Amino acid sequence: MAMHPCTRVMLGLSCLLVALWLVAPTLVVVPMSFNGNKSLAFPPVGFSWQWYENFVSNPEWSTSFFNSLKVALIVAVLATVLGTLAAFGLDRMKARTAGLLRMLLLTPMVVPGVVLAIGIYAVYLDTQLVGTLTGFVLAHTILALPFVLIAVQASLEVFDKRLETAAASLGAGRLATFRTVTLPLIAPGILSGLLFAFATSFDEIIVSLFITNPYLKTLPVQIFSSITRDADPTVAAVGTILLCATTILIGGGLFLMGRERRGNL
Amino acid sequence: MSTSDTRSDSGAASRARRNWGPLALALPALLLLVGVIGYPLFTVVLRSLSQPEWGLQNYIWFFGTPVNLVVLQRTFTISAWVTLVCVVAAYPYAYAMTAVGPKARLLLTLCVLIPFWVSGVVRTLAWVILLQDSGVINSTLRALDLGRLRLIRTQTGVVIGMAQVLLPFMILPLYSVMKGIDLRLVQASRSLGASPLRAFFTVYLPLSLPGVYAGAIIVFILALGFYITPALLGGPRSTMLSTLVQNQVLSLLQWGRGGAMGVVLLLATFILLALAGPLMRQKHKQGARS
Repeated sequence: MAMHPCTRVMLGLSCLLVALWLVAPTLVVVPMSFNGNKSLAFPPVGFSWQWYENFVSNPEWSTSFFNSLKVALIVAVLATVLGTLAAFGLDRMKARTAGLLRMLLLTPMVVPGVVLAIGIYAVYLDTQLVGTLTGFVLAHTILALPFVLIAVQASLEVFDKRLETAAASLGAGRLATFRTVTLPLIAPGILSGLLFAFATSFDEIIVSLFITNPYLKTLPVQIFSSITRDADPTVAAVGTILLCATTILIGGGLFLMGRERRGNL
Repeated sequence: MSTSDTRSDSGAASRARRNWGPLALALPALLLLVGVIGYPLFTVVLRSLSQPEWGLQNYIWFFGTPVNLVVLQRTFTISAWVTLVCVVAAYPYAYAMTAVGPKARLLLTLCVLIPFWVSGVVRTLAWVILLQDSGVINSTLRALDLGRLRLIRTQTGVVIGMAQVLLPFMILPLYSVMKGIDLRLVQASRSLGASPLRAFFTVYLPLSLPGVYAGAIIVFILALGFYITPALLGGPRSTMLSTLVQNQVLSLLQWGRGGAMGVVLLLATFILLALAGPLMRQKHKQGARS
């Protein structure tokens, strides 16, 4: 669509502002992480690596990091298996039943976090699950499940079912058909579900704040309590590490996707 | 096509037999849903009606206490502001994503996706550093001798922070709708003599509305339940409902009152979803027709 140059400039300018608003504020954690003083006041004074050292050497930080990693890895696998099974089940049901069950399985996305958190906390107090790995894994899995369901359902929607029929007519059993035809074709959906599930669990804070205890803290809980307790620049160091990791992963993913698409054309 | 044909040909008995397989596949997920979402929410409702004793006293207390009503109203006001800010900021951005070349689109997508994936706590931390009294904005203002702005512990600060966290939820659905709009329709209206402004308002805008509705509903609902950002950026005069719920349960151990507040928040969310569902579908059809 041809645009008036004036409109074009305005559009570009507003885009730039929004992009800055999205990205720039988070970057402020980078200079803060090298602060020489134990303070989060701006501007940082001097230069030091001590907050990165603290993140690695202080057991409070490193333990919570490994806790998050452990929980998120288990959740990613569990949510992906359950979500993929459910997506297959819904795909083979009558449209109305499938629609209803899908809506139910997506509720964790819209239920206000705090309401869910007090409910889960109440149940966990009764069942002694507060501060346990099982407790964290169960809660995070149900929160991550909708993302897997959406991703796998989307790839099932474009999947041509006649391929399964063809495989069956050529003598392949149901398991062989699934393994050699269905699974490879919907693998991208499953993979992105896995990634989403991992990120959901790794970031989850509200429910975690309620079901945590001194024996089991995840990284977001540790960050939150550190921000509310004192102005420890270690949070900025952690933020910087997470920011870099995310940028590399997402940027790399988009880059690979773009290259693959071009290769296919 | 062929599978559905064979399915409709087969008898009722085999259809009944087939129906159990799919349900069995979905069963583990559904059981987890009942155990970790259904039962806890039921517990919240139950406690709101039964603690300290059976009855509606917790709801009577909630709606009879002015402070609660102020916070309830504020929760809706802040969410509405956040939604408005998101729509205004996301619309040109999403449009630009559809209009630029592949390289620039990659860059714009990256700018949306990186904040989307960076932990929400880290992004809120960044806002604390920026907005605090000794933060970036106020240090700059002081250096320029321009006095200072109160940003942290104000509603403005909360809205700025929340809108930034929620913006991707507005941009992504908007982009996916705009991507599908046939620009030849706009060209047609232009060639029939419509001014650019008129072409935009009568052709492009109505076609993009389903995306606006979808994004606005998601943002509004997520904003209603926001907890971390208001807790860290807000002060006593920008408390939202979630913070009150947390306070009642964790600090005052008032499970009944906290539960009642939670149920109000939950009902508000579900009512909004129920209202928005048909609206979005209807607008979708309208868009397709015009």
